[in-house]
Parts: sequence; structure tokens; C-alpha cells
Amino acid sequence: MTDEYLLRMQGIDKIFPGVHALDHVDLNVRAGTVHSLMGENGAGKSTLMKVLIGMYTPDDGTIVFDGREVQINDTATGLGLGISMIHQELSPVPEMTVAENIWLGREPKGALGLISRRAMNTATQELFDKWEIRISPTKLMKDLSIAQTQMVEIAKAISFDSKLIIMDEPTSAITETEVAHLHRMIDQLRSTGTAIIYITHKMDEVFKISDDITVFRDGKHVATLPASELDRDKLITLMVGRELTQMFPKLEAEIGEVILSVEHLNRGHLVRDVSFALRRGEILGFAGLMGAGRTEVLETLFGVHKADSGTITINGAPVTISQPKDAIAANMALLTEDRKLTGIMGVLSVRDNMIMAALPKYSPNGFLNRRRIEADCQAQREALALKTPSLNQLIQNLSGGNQQKVLISRWLLTLPDILMIDEPTRGIDVGAKSEIHRLMSMLAQQGKAIIMVSSEMPEVLGMSDRVVVMHEGTVSGIVERADATQERIMQLATGPDATAA
Amino acid sequence: MSTATTADTRTKFDTSGFIKKYAIVGILLLFVILLSILTGGSFLQPQNLINVIRQVAAIGIIATGMTFVIIIKGIDLSVGSIVAVAAVVSSSLAQTPQASVIMYPGLHVPVIVSVLAGLAAGALLGLINGALIAGFGIAPFIATLGMMTAARGMALIYSGGRPISRLSPEFNWIGQGDLLWIPVPIWILAIVAVVAHVMLNFTRFGRHTYALGGNEQAARVSGIGLNKLKIGIFALSGLLAGLAGILLASRIGSGNPQLGTGIELDAITAAVIGGTSFNGGIGTIWGAVVGALIIGVINNGMDLLNISPFMQQVVKGVIIVLAIIIDERKNR
Repeated sequence: MTDEYLLRMQGIDKIFPGVHALDHVDLNVRAGTVHSLMGENGAGKSTLMKVLIGMYTPDDGTIVFDGREVQINDTATGLGLGISMIHQELSPVPEMTVAENIWLGREPKGALGLISRRAMNTATQELFDKWEIRISPTKLMKDLSIAQTQMVEIAKAISFDSKLIIMDEPTSAITETEVAHLHRMIDQLRSTGTAIIYITHKMDEVFKISDDITVFRDGKHVATLPASELDRDKLITLMVGRELTQMFPKLEAEIGEVILSVEHLNRGHLVRDVSFALRRGEILGFAGLMGAGRTEVLETLFGVHKADSGTITINGAPVTISQPKDAIAANMALLTEDRKLTGIMGVLSVRDNMIMAALPKYSPNGFLNRRRIEADCQAQREALALKTPSLNQLIQNLSGGNQQKVLISRWLLTLPDILMIDEPTRGIDVGAKSEIHRLMSMLAQQGKAIIMVSSEMPEVLGMSDRVVVMHEGTVSGIVERADATQERIMQLATGPDATAA
Repeated sequence: MSTATTADTRTKFDTSGFIKKYAIVGILLLFVILLSILTGGSFLQPQNLINVIRQVAAIGIIATGMTFVIIIKGIDLSVGSIVAVAAVVSSSLAQTPQASVIMYPGLHVPVIVSVLAGLAAGALLGLINGALIAGFGIAPFIATLGMMTAARGMALIYSGGRPISRLSPEFNWIGQGDLLWIPVPIWILAIVAVVAHVMLNFTRFGRHTYALGGNEQAARVSGIGLNKLKIGIFALSGLLAGLAGILLASRIGSGNPQLGTGIELDAITAAVIGGTSFNGGIGTIWGAVVGALIIGVINNGMDLLNISPFMQQVVKGVIIVLAIIIDERKNR
């Protein structure tokens, strides 16, 4: 029996605590084609691929590969079947050579069963010659540029002679020349019958190389169509076409004068010529795809990274911010994206976590004013309806939503004028989510200016007075609340285009 | 609702939390009772108990500084060598004319000057540790390993490799004398412990210390100046090691450049038995002092029981590992 499909994934289901990441998803990929997966951040593309290569075990569903039903329980099984993947996060061993990285775990053996360095280097050179990659096999990985590292990862994935190669955002870190090179490689692989699953956020790229396109949304399969039957607008409609069922209690706030204005801010390649203004009482949303540079803008404004150039003006006066201390002195606050990594101090109490940013205020002569700390922390606890048995409780024992409230308190205690919140409700339950939205609304009403980075479209549309949309480190547009639609924002987020005038 | 939550926190007593927190004190009492029975009461003689504390005063003082260092996920291996530097420096300024080898003939300074010189030497070396760690990003283990070797060399060079002896009675009073019937070293340990406890719990410096150990990235984003903090903590550790060095030199009446060898391990052991976590963010001063007392009680008890010194080492090793296992359990 012949099957035009190399891969059939059927009814794949995966539930994480609190999230239905994949809801009975199907994916069929034909041999010798490029099949693109499209969808917003968190639509389920990466999760599905991790199921396919054996990093996640699905809760339900079947996988038929090359005519046989298979169980892929670990990555070795996947590789053995002929499925390899280029990961979004590169993971080379920096102190090893290019050749050693490519043959890691399957090193060619010489006499006595020892690793043959010569055989390894020769094999690498042959591989590179075939694919026209000009990197010396004996170079150390740490001496390569990011683009070169990416090319090595691509060569490694090809070297398995896989029947199916998954490429997760392979072009996010490489230049135009290398993108063209990669596309030529893909064409050649396709012509020899290899199937490629391609994940990208770049619209022009999708239409250039895809044979088929599958769209996911909120963990569900939306549609699979030949690329020839789609265009940019149709694709965006499929990606965002959700009904806005979640309601946010956005309250009307009086928008005041400009408090913060940022002009021509630059930092590395993820913050390029960023300019915008923020007013009192305003919630300014920052939308964009993953890696568009939104977090980097906040971190640069706050002095976590030093800006390369640009001017920051607060209340009409230019300010220099080279470390978080300076930003705090300018009445700014930053609630970071990754609660665990840069937010909570897990083994410290709720009280200690709350006061950390405002300590100078509570210890003017170095000694803590415990009575004031106690009073203010209790007041925060009540105002934010914080659920904790006591302020002495270790913060790591609280739920994600309550941890987030403590971190909001940490910054409210500094009495900021400008509050920057990166992903305010990531990974927290629905109830706490709407409480945090209500809180943000109330803070805006009190005249605070808020910048909110969010990857959740309903949150962006529901909360923002205006939306700054970023694409590859630049501001691709600023949209007023009245004009903000999912389609408009997605158009801008996927890059400037003739159709998005 | 607000009153309900407040009342809640005040009335509810967390029994299991209390037991976890003070388990170490129970272990100390257990050892005391056990040894009292085994030695037929001689362990409990007041003079013996005072001896125990006198012997662990230096370890307790160093463990106090070490607690700060370990809370910020650091380690200070150089304290033993800093003990020696402070010992020879302060001793050289406290010699009497009767000594056969005199470092500074004809020099007579008040005892306070020799003490301050020893403290300054310790603080300076600790400051260098901190600067290497904060300024060059060197791992504390490596930076203080280097200092451990270099400072020992400095002590040997300074003293010419010989003990500096015939110290003034005023200087020796620090390690040998009594104040209100209680040995001076015990007073010093008590004062150091109380001051350190206040610093850790009632000052901004203390909160910053816990914050740095709890999550360095978060502490940075919260606007805490981390470099100054790290330098300050390592300087504090050096200062306290210097104080311990003066204490030890005056107790034996001579500044020996070999003094303090291995004491860093006793101090680390005391801090860790006392519940300070190598994962950072957790630790108390009273825990470190109790840890030092446990070490002293075990040493003294085994001496009284005539257990061979070789066996004593095995027993101590086992107790250290057991203490950590119990600690890991309670944190789970």
C-alpha cells in the first residue's frame, strides 16, 4: 500500500496543568514537500513538534510514520526513525569543534574503538562541501558567529539523512544571504524526497517556500491548505480568527500629559530606532511576535541593559539610566517577564519579597522601620486580596497569580509614576488574571502610566489605550484603541508589507 | 475580612514549622544530655561548660561571617589564613622587651593599637576577596582559595616563619582573662553574634544580603547595588577572621603563622549544621553559633570519654553529613 503522506499525526492531545496545549490536533505531511506551521505565540506548534520528536508524550492520539504506527517516547527513537529537528534555541557545546558537535553521540570509531578525529573531520568536510557551507570543521563552536552556529545546526540535522526534518524558526538569527542559502538547501532536500516541517513567523518566507500550510490557534487545528490557495490576508484571518470571549473590566481613565518620551532608542539588533510617548493614565500595549524586541525595549529603558544610543525624557527632562537604580530613582518600575528567573526570591518571605525594591524608603538610616513595613505590607495584602496564610509565608509556596500580586506590590511600594509590566498574566489562572487586569485599570485611573507587553491578543486589545506593534526590533506601527483589531496588529507584527498600507 | 486575616496570622501557631526551625537546638541538648550521662556528670561541671564555649569562640566568630557569605551563595576559604595574618600582625605590636626575638625593638603601643592593626589586616584581605569577586567576576571558591594560599605566605614572611612570643599581659588578657567571672572570648562571641543578628534582621544591609542569595537577577532589577554588597560581606568575613586570629594568639600567648589551619572547614561546618543553605537565601546567626557549640560539645565530650583523636575525626565527618541530610529533608 502506498501512501502519499509520510507522516500522519491524528487526534494528538496534550494537557499541561491549566492549559489544553493541544486539543485533538491532526497533521499530515506529504513526502518531498515543505509544510509550514503557522499560528500565534502559544498556538501549539512547538508543543506538537516536541510530541513528534519524543520530548513530550501525548495524552492521546496516534502517529503513523512511513506507513507504520509508531510510539516515539524519546528523542533517540525519533532520530532512529528518521526524524530530526533544528531547535529554536540552539544548543551547541561551545568548547568543542564544529565536527565534534555534528557527530556528538555518534562519533565515528577507529581502531581499538577510540574516536577517530580524522574520520570525523573528513565526514564533516564532505557534508559541508556537498551543501556549500564554508566553515572549518576544526573550529571551536564558541568562535563562530550566531549565523554560522545556525548553519552548523542545520548541517547537523541534515547529516542524519532523515526522511523528515523539522525546522523551528531557522532564519530568526541569520542574514539575507544565509536565508537564500538555506532555501536552496531546502529545495534540494525536497527534490530528493525529504519532507520538511517549517515553523516561521515571516510571512514572505512562508509563501516563498511552502507547499502546504497548516494553521493552529489556541491548541486547535484550524485548517490545512495548499500554499497556492492562500494569501497573506487570508492566512492572518485564519491565524487570529477567534472570538473575543474573555472580558476585561477596562475602566475609563483620564489621559493626561506626556510623562515619558523615548526617541531613537537603540540597543543591539532587537531595539532599533524605537520611539514612542507615554501619557499619564494611559495603558500602552506592546504587541509583537516572540523575539520582536518588546522585552528588550523595557529592559533597556530600565537600565538592565545599557542603551547604545537614544534619548529618554521623563516629565520633560532628559534622564540617563545606566542601571536599574537610576530607573527606580526616576519613579519607574519594571515587572519582569520571567517570574521565577528575575522576579521572586523563592526562599524569602512574602514580606521580604514585597519590600525589596523600596527598602531605602523603609530604612532611611540603615535600620528597618518594621512597623511601617508591617503596615504597608498588610495594606497591600488587603488591597490586592492576596491569598497567603501570612506575610511570613515563603513566596515559593504561593500560587503563580499570588506571586505575581506580590511582585506588583513590590513595585507599588516604590510609588512609581511609570509602571512597566512584561506579560502581566502569563501562566496564572483565569480568576487571578481578571483581578490583575482590574488592578492595572485602577492604577491607570489613579494617573499612573502603564506599559504592558503582552503576547495574548485579547489582553492587548482589552487593556490597551494604544498599541505599539514591534517587528524585528523596530516599531512597525502604533495603533489607537478604536482602530485596534487582531488583523491590523497581526499585519504589523509580521512585518511591513505592500498590502498593509 | 481584613480583621479576619490579621487575626488569623496572630493566633495560628505553626507547630511543625517551630520544630523544623529549632530542631538544631534540640540536637544540641540531646548531645549535652547524652554526654552528661556517659561521663557521669563531669561534662556538666560549670568549668567544663565554660571551657567548651571558650574553645569554640573563635570558630563561632568566623562562622558568623561565613553565614553572611554562604547566604549570598559564596564561600570563604581564606579565613584560616587571615587568622594567621591577624595573629602575627597584632602579636608583633604586643611584644614585651623580654622576648628573645623582637620584631620592633623599642616600640611600645597601647594594646588597642595592636588589636586594631590585626582587625584592619583581616578586613583589608577580606576586602580584596570581595573586590576580586565583584570586580572581576571570579568565583568565590577560586578567589578565596588564592587568598588562602597567599595570606598564609604573608603570615610566614612577616613572622620569618617563627611564632612571635612574649606578648604583653594586657594583650593576653583578651584570650585568657575574665570579665565579671566570664571569660573574655565568650563576651566577644556574644557581642559579635548579637550585632551580626541585628545586622541581618533589622537593617537594609541584612535584607539585601538575603535578596542577593535568594535571586541575584531579581535583586539587580530591584535596584540593589550588588558589587558594594559583595565587597562589604567579604570584608566583614575577613574582619571577623581577624578578630578570631587576635583571640587565638592571645589565648596561647604567641602569634603563630601556622594558626588557624583548617579552621575554615570548622566554620563552614558550624554554619551549615546551623541551617545555612548552600543554595543561598537561607541562614541565621544563632544557627551558626549553635552549630559551633555542637562541634565544641562533640570535641570535648569525646576527649572526656577518651576516644582516640583518629576516631573523633570519623565521628565528626559522619555528624556533618547527617546534619546536611536532615537539613535537606526539612527543606523539602
